Amino acid sequence: MFTPGLYHILFISTALFFIGIYGFFTRRNLITVLMSVELVLNSVNLNFIAFNKYLWAGKLDGLFFTIFVIAIAAAEAAVAIAIIINLYRSHESIDVEKAGEMKF
Amino acid sequence: MLNETYLLLIPLLPLAGFVLLGLFGRKYFNSAKREAGIIGTLLLLTSAVLALYTAYEYFFEIGKVDGIYQKIIPFQFTWLEFSHGVSINMGAVIDPISVMMMVVITFVSLMVHIYSLGYMKGEERFSTYYSFLGLFTFSMLGLVMSSNIFQIYIFWELVGISSFLLIGFYYQKPSAVAACKKAFIVTRFADLGFLIGILILSFYSGTLDFHTLIERLTLPESSQFQNAVSSSFLGISALTWGVVLVFMGGAGKSAMLPFHIWLPDAMEGPTPVSALIHAATMVVAGVYLVARLFPVFALSAPGALELVAYVGALSALFAAIIACTQTDIKRVLAFSTISQIGFMMFALGVSNYDNGGLLGHSNLGYTASMFHLFTHAMFKALLFLGAGSVIHFMHSNEMKDMGGLRKHLPVTHITFLVACLAISGIPPFAGFFSKEEILLAASQNNLVVYGIGLITSGLTAFYMFRLYFSIFWSKAPSPYENVHGEGGFPMSLPLILLAIGATFAGFIPFGNFVSADGKPLETLFHWQFSVLPVVLGFAGIFTAMWMYKKENNLPDKMATSLGKFYKVAFHKFYFDELYEFITKKIIFNLIGKPAAWIDRNVVNGLVNATGNSTETLSGKIKGIQSGRVQQYAVYFLVATILVAVLFIYWWK
Repeated sequence: MFTPGLYHILFISTALFFIGIYGFFTRRNLITVLMSVELVLNSVNLNFIAFNKYLWAGKLDGLFFTIFVIAIAAAEAAVAIAIIINLYRSHESIDVEKAGEMKF
Repeated sequence: MLNETYLLLIPLLPLAGFVLLGLFGRKYFNSAKREAGIIGTLLLLTSAVLALYTAYEYFFEIGKVDGIYQKIIPFQFTWLEFSHGVSINMGAVIDPISVMMMVVITFVSLMVHIYSLGYMKGEERFSTYYSFLGLFTFSMLGLVMSSNIFQIYIFWELVGISSFLLIGFYYQKPSAVAACKKAFIVTRFADLGFLIGILILSFYSGTLDFHTLIERLTLPESSQFQNAVSSSFLGISALTWGVVLVFMGGAGKSAMLPFHIWLPDAMEGPTPVSALIHAATMVVAGVYLVARLFPVFALSAPGALELVAYVGALSALFAAIIACTQTDIKRVLAFSTISQIGFMMFALGVSNYDNGGLLGHSNLGYTASMFHLFTHAMFKALLFLGAGSVIHFMHSNEMKDMGGLRKHLPVTHITFLVACLAISGIPPFAGFFSKEEILLAASQNNLVVYGIGLITSGLTAFYMFRLYFSIFWSKAPSPYENVHGEGGFPMSLPLILLAIGATFAGFIPFGNFVSADGKPLETLFHWQFSVLPVVLGFAGIFTAMWMYKKENNLPDKMATSLGKFYKVAFHKFYFDELYEFITKKIIFNLIGKPAAWIDRNVVNGLVNATGNSTETLSGKIKGIQSGRVQQYAVYFLVATILVAVLFIYWWK
């Protein structure tokens, strides 16, 4: 039976991280951008868990950090969705390219 | 002992009037009931009463110690202390000339305040006018009470600015604006000399206080005196330079040659102002200044005193010649003022400090000068106020528009005649006594100056009566439509009071009170001596009567026969044109234009280059602020990676 080691998990979290970054940079839809941010956060969570489990098995620091990150991600999602709704109301679209008023 | 509180009130009451009327006048006191004028007049009345009381106290009660009038400093405080021992004090000084000036200033100013109640009636900026008058009176009183040469300079400039404000009172008139600028700039230019003079004198004497300064610079054994005399510039000692430069300031304020050009133009101001500032008080500040520093002039810088004498005499003669040709009545009076101040100046110039002359009173000139200042204030203020009545009636300044006014303006006519007789030196009017003293002093010291003085006094009688006959006789009394008469009680009361002054001021035994060294001076009266000036005066009067009493063509004939000379005098010896040439052609072209070029191209160029390069650079990099949030995120990521790389590979 194949047991995944630290490296496998780190590989997955790196992949998730860059997928998230890619999405953050390329998507035009703000909801998708928000989802990409969640991906990045979760890749970090994975890292915390993995290091905690494989390197300092007797400690709980990584776990706590993960719980904090999840809580903050939830708050961040609430704020972001509020921003998105307001943007939709004023611009009738949630395309980031359409909101270019902050130009020089 | 003098009570310093009421002494301080004398200048501070007009100041209070200035502040009160200046801040609240337009809002609360500007109605047709003339509250502003009444407030100002009452304040000044109090001042005048206090000044008279001070004069009485000083001259008859406390001033004299062992037969000599003392210099009293009722109070003094350190105003600016630069370092230990170097400070500028503020104080008041009470001595014969300052007390005499205080009386003159408050009296004439009170007359002008009352007169203006009638003259300025209906003026839109009535309260502003009275606040300016208050400022002027305050500064002038401060000037004469200054105990210190720096303090006098401060008040000197304050007087200048109030004169500027009042000349430019009708600021809608371009000519008034030009005149006030001219007056300010010309006197300011002369004051530059005054300031340098102050610096020289105080540098060598090590003090700014008048009393100490005079003491140190007149004692031959003091080290300051020797230092000031031994250092020289262009072959003239530093001390002489100092007093000459101080005299330059005085000449500027007193409109002596060559700084006289501002005074005729200053007649653009309201006529009562001309009476107060440009005839009776401010313009004699220069004489007062020379008198204040008189011991330094007389004992340490006789060359400078001689200069004072010649400048005064030449100014007197020149101005009198010009006055004979002018047609604007206020300008005639302005030139006559210059001429009379010239008299005061040369009287100082021919005086000695001590009493050791051949005839026993060689410092007569000093007393005579102050005496003439006193009487001149009376009759010249009267002349101006009389001219004001005429202008008020006629709405014109031009002599040729007038004639036959004696029926319409009886009070003005009589008082004007009194003033004319006084200024012409006809006994027993005030001008006779002071002018005789001046001529007597001149005849004892300097015959050239005496000759000029004689000619001038004849000319004075001529041009004054030319004015008188042109205004009040000349044509038959014609029915003018304008029937508002003489302007009522406020305008005739000052005329009558001043006429009384102009008649009787001459009987004051002035020498007993004012003299160079404080000792009473016996003014001898030589009737044989007076014959010549009086005959000349009558000659002037009769010539004027012959030419101007009836309308005829004699004046024109006279003008044609004098030809070129008349033309030159009519154009005031081309002084204005000369100044114009110097400023416009020489200073503006040779200094102004290159400086402007440097300013435009070099200084402006540097500033513009900085601005332009910043603008170009920012134009190039502004594309970074695209407004696309994802692009910002990319910058952020790239920067993070760079920082990470830096930390990992460089920092270690």
